[in-house]
Amino acid sequence: MSGTYLGLPAFPQAARLSTRDEQLRANLRHATHTIRAKRATAIAELSDWPELRAAGTAIKDHTLHHLDHYLEQLETAVTAAGGTVHWAIDADDANRIVTDLIHATGETEVVKVKSMATQEIGLNEALAEAGINAYETDLAELIVQLGNDRPSHILVPAIHKNRTEIRDIFHTHMAAWGRPAPDDLTDEPRDLAEAARLHLREKFLRAKVAVSGANFMIAETGTMVVLESEGNGRMCLTLPETLISVVGIEKTIPTWRDLEVFLQTLPRSSTAERMNPYTTTWTGTTHGDGPRTFHLVLLDNGRTDTLADTTGRQTLRCIRCSACLNVCPVYERAGGHAYGSPYPGPIGAILTPQLRGTTTALDASLPYASTLCGACYDVCPVAIDIPEVLVHLRERIAQGGPTTRHGTKATIKPAKGHATERAAMRAAAWTLDHPAAWTATQRLATRTRALHPRRVPGRTASAWTATRDLPTVPARTFRDWWQHREPDPKDSQQ
Amino acid sequence: MTANTSRDEVLRRVRQALGDRPGSTPDPGTIPRTYLTTHADRTPEQSADLLADNLADYRAHVHRTHAAGLPATIAHLLADHGTRNAVVPPGVPADWLSATAGVEIHHDHGELTARTLDTVDTVITGCALAIAETGTIVLDTSPDQGRRILTLVPDHHICVVNTPDQVVDSLPQALPRLTPAHPLTWISGPSATSDIELDRVEGVHGPRTLDVILVGPPSGPR
Ligand code: SF4
Repeated sequence: MSGTYLGLPAFPQAARLSTRDEQLRANLRHATHTIRAKRATAIAELSDWPELRAAGTAIKDHTLHHLDHYLEQLETAVTAAGGTVHWAIDADDANRIVTDLIHATGETEVVKVKSMATQEIGLNEALAEAGINAYETDLAELIVQLGNDRPSHILVPAIHKNRTEIRDIFHTHMAAWGRPAPDDLTDEPRDLAEAARLHLREKFLRAKVAVSGANFMIAETGTMVVLESEGNGRMCLTLPETLISVVGIEKTIPTWRDLEVFLQTLPRSSTAERMNPYTTTWTGTTHGDGPRTFHLVLLDNGRTDTLADTTGRQTLRCIRCSACLNVCPVYERAGGHAYGSPYPGPIGAILTPQLRGTTTALDASLPYASTLCGACYDVCPVAIDIPEVLVHLRERIAQGGPTTRHGTKATIKPAKGHATERAAMRAAAWTLDHPAAWTATQRLATRTRALHPRRVPGRTASAWTATRDLPTVPARTFRDWWQHREPDPKDSQQ
Repeated sequence: MTANTSRDEVLRRVRQALGDRPGSTPDPGTIPRTYLTTHADRTPEQSADLLADNLADYRAHVHRTHAAGLPATIAHLLADHGTRNAVVPPGVPADWLSATAGVEIHHDHGELTARTLDTVDTVITGCALAIAETGTIVLDTSPDQGRRILTLVPDHHICVVNTPDQVVDSLPQALPRLTPAHPLTWISGPSATSDIELDRVEGVHGPRTLDVILVGPPSGPR
């Protein structure tokens, strides 16, 4: 994954810093609680939500279980529709492909639609090294880019910034990137959006190349699907001559009809709307309408390694709605940056260490950045059992076991006495010490069916095991882990 | 890696990863589709009303008329918006524009550039269909809707929906009526952002004003 995130501290250190940031926490609390409440209303409108959720889960599982078949079908369909398909093993591979494609156009600037995949591979940085300016056109991504910052939420990446900070960022940095902000810019959201509109329109009108991701790729038809709100996606997908889409291989779905499920579940889970303002679908190229050249870069970058793990592969069902972030007590306190990856929150805690492996202290600490309260599983529109995967990854880190890295089967050694184990324990201690996280866990604990207070020593540990998902939690592994933790006093001082 | 090796390697890794599942021909028929086709039984009238409500909920402006009243409705909306010039795709019926005196009309035949369209106040189109339950209109680049760029660059979009023919209740009813080979634009309210402190602001890049005209059957004035 991206070099951008290398050298970041492990989760607990980063979280300790961010929890001291009152602004960040206030913004996050407001955002997550607002979206959470709205989402519940939007979902209550659909009496068949459980059936939609089951269908979405089944479609994704079915695709993953036949991914080779559907990827080849997709490639054939995209090619037949006039597109060109490229395959990328890892971030370097993908960045090189995209850089070469842009170089071939002779252009030195591109407009970009918000895309997690391109953040994951550090595309903007790779392009900058190759002398190509990549302009983010989503308002929040623009704020993050101009502020030389990192996104902190999947859906609302600049949620950690308030309006005055955004005004200051526009004032100070817009001019260096293009049309300056007006001198009398206020901090009214309407004025800020207008400044962004004018700043970006100038870029859209001259852009020859755009880079996007996609929410779905339909194997049967070769159709790409992008959901958005602002219209910057439509601009990038329609105006330039060349369109390059970088998409994780897990975004494949079999048929056109399958969209009827995800177009009902994704917007409601994400922005709590019946439907997002704009959805664009395109199939290859269309004469006289939109880009003349379309390239699809299919990205692996750890996804096949994730697929190889029979417990962890459900992570690849994720449709990046961000609902799990908004209900997570740990995310709410720690903020998105603490996860050291473009994927924060509960999904980040399981996706990042699977994509990147758990050799760094940061990545090893992520599966411990959770109270296992299960709220993330409850809201997930594709029913990813995040607590199950978290426990599985903890076991892998603490006890070692079989894994797949870079397409090769390997065995991880138990992390005993290792720096990553200490980082992981600190993350666990941080989580348990934390008032908000702790309260959420206790609240849940009182209505869970199985409390085993004597099974593990200490008040905090009992809260851990007292989760609704306990039946899937290998208790013995946890005890082993816990006993191992005790002798090291350093780790209980968090 | 070279192009071919990357392709082969990704597919090899997928197959190795799926080694626990014996290879078989996928049968998407096994996917449980017990979800509803629509969420209520509605008369065509009720569907149109729901569409109107849901469009308005996301800040589109909804207008109801019948065929004979359409030209006047369009003319009113242009005047209200202060439109001096408008663009229409080639397939828009001439009578829609029969009351637009004083407004310069551009007929697009694929030649108008983004920069030209940036100076145009309003675009007037039909649609492929509209979905009542979600308050969505879908454009499929048919001749009355034109190229995607037409409904993207001007700041004001007037969209005409014929009821009941073009109204479906739900997403499961919509998809079979659409052709994925055409580029599609699904529109639910005007462009919006909530990126700044979650305050919803209409319009960053797409049209900031969306007027939807629901045209009823000729006999049923509303
Ligand atoms: S894990 Fe589930 S809830 Fe979280 S972002 Fe992915 S799909 Fe949404």
